[in-house]
Amino acid sequence: MSLVEVENVSFGYSRQRTVLQDVSFNIKAGASVGLVGESGSGKTTLLRLLLGLARPNVGSIRFDGALVDPADRRFMRAYRRNVQAVFQDPYSSLDPRQRIESIVAEPLRSLRIPGNRRAMVQAALAAVGLEPNILRRYPHEFSGGQRQRIAIARAIVPKPKLLLADEAVSALDLSTKVRIVELLKELASGMTLVFVSHDLGVVAALCDEIVILEHGRIVEAGPTRKILDHPQHDYTKALLASVPRMPGRADSQG
Amino acid sequence: MTPLLAIDGLTITAGATPLVSNLSFTVGAGERVGLIGESGSGKSLTALAATGLLAPALRAKGSARLAGTEVIGAPNRVLDGLRGDATAMVFQEPLTALDPTLRIGRQVAEPLRRRARRDGQNLTGRALDARMLALLEQVALPEPARIVRAYPHEISGGQRQRVAIAMALACRPKLLIADEPTTALDVTTQAEILKLLDRLVRDTGMALLFISHDLPVVAQVVERVVVLRRGVAVESGPVDAVFAAPRDDYTRTLVAAAGAFDAALGGAR
Repeated sequence: MSLVEVENVSFGYSRQRTVLQDVSFNIKAGASVGLVGESGSGKTTLLRLLLGLARPNVGSIRFDGALVDPADRRFMRAYRRNVQAVFQDPYSSLDPRQRIESIVAEPLRSLRIPGNRRAMVQAALAAVGLEPNILRRYPHEFSGGQRQRIAIARAIVPKPKLLLADEAVSALDLSTKVRIVELLKELASGMTLVFVSHDLGVVAALCDEIVILEHGRIVEAGPTRKILDHPQHDYTKALLASVPRMPGRADSQG
Repeated sequence: MTPLLAIDGLTITAGATPLVSNLSFTVGAGERVGLIGESGSGKSLTALAATGLLAPALRAKGSARLAGTEVIGAPNRVLDGLRGDATAMVFQEPLTALDPTLRIGRQVAEPLRRRARRDGQNLTGRALDARMLALLEQVALPEPARIVRAYPHEISGGQRQRVAIAMALACRPKLLIADEPTTALDVTTQAEILKLLDRLVRDTGMALLFISHDLPVVAQVVERVVVLRRGVAVESGPVDAVFAAPRDDYTRTLVAAAGAFDAALGGAR
């Protein structure tokens, strides 16, 4: 069954410029979908629409069959509990003046989720591979990779059905990136993941489906292996050909 | 023959904290060397020290010789003679590398005139315009006549980086230092800029010091690599050998990580 249905969505920040043009795709419950595109492709705008931060000019987005309507406050409260986000830069996405406990508990407070908040925060920290004894510490005491783990803990603490990650590993060093991709992969086995990225290698390692965007249109979508091995659209082919590859592969051009 | 750039026992400290420790490597004429490292490895500081651009709060010891002249501790008078002639630099973010208040033409004209003056010529008017257009064509900028009249914000990121490369080329340096020149660019633009750098280095016979955290990108453009970790060179050698059979544990981690993402892509191209 589809968890998210995006139907004929068009969107522009002003009337003159359309950022998304007739975008349609479905996300199956439990899938990991990579939204891939270069700057200006509309991938971040699409994510904003999925988050309910803006409403499509044309078309609709449905979640679990219900229309996502940013003006419907009751719906949005339930929606926020089900849909959480992780952003690119863990230095600007964590409030430097709040302790880790307060940061991770934020969705529990603002969504008024009842229960033992400290226990929920500790469970989320354990799930992202952090020690429970960091509750009283501040973001600046942590490395970039650890901060991204904290941001992920904050996103999963209300137990969302859908996790949206916007270039969530792009600002990380290579060795850290590998570990955060492993973590996301592990978490994705228990929820639905939409991973926005320009990095095809990371998407290939993490996602089982890919949607490729160019200038606000979907040019190609489907299972990751199929798209990587048999790209149909010229833009997909050009994108794949542009990815620098490691030397020493059998079919490397050298 | 003296190498173009000879770094010998270079140590850079901020107060008591060492940022680069006892680093030594050379770049010979026409050679292409990659400096690989993650954030905080000291790769950019090394390039800044080698060009005398280190922030005053940082202290450098040891030696960095550019075309035989010592840079560490050298006065500006000496450094001025080396900049442009011995080396020129291209930085990561072309938007901040260019002056937002000047048209592209004026920015490119500056190093061209400076180079001509060094060669004892006075380059102005039509001759300068002609050289400028030729230079923009050399870096494959479309409609060079329009670009010279544009401000940096009016052209794309890839075009801005081509302008920055053109300004470096205008100096006709013996060594081009490129610090993460494609990191801020889209992947298709990156491929174009890498191809351009490769062609320019071949055509002009310049040496290249290419600084990057991205292993496959480095592999596209250099012959030899130096791997830095927290200011220490942990491994160096021919790029194919280092990537195929890394000897150091840290290099092995990096190569394995890059290899994992590369393998996920499969044989696609």
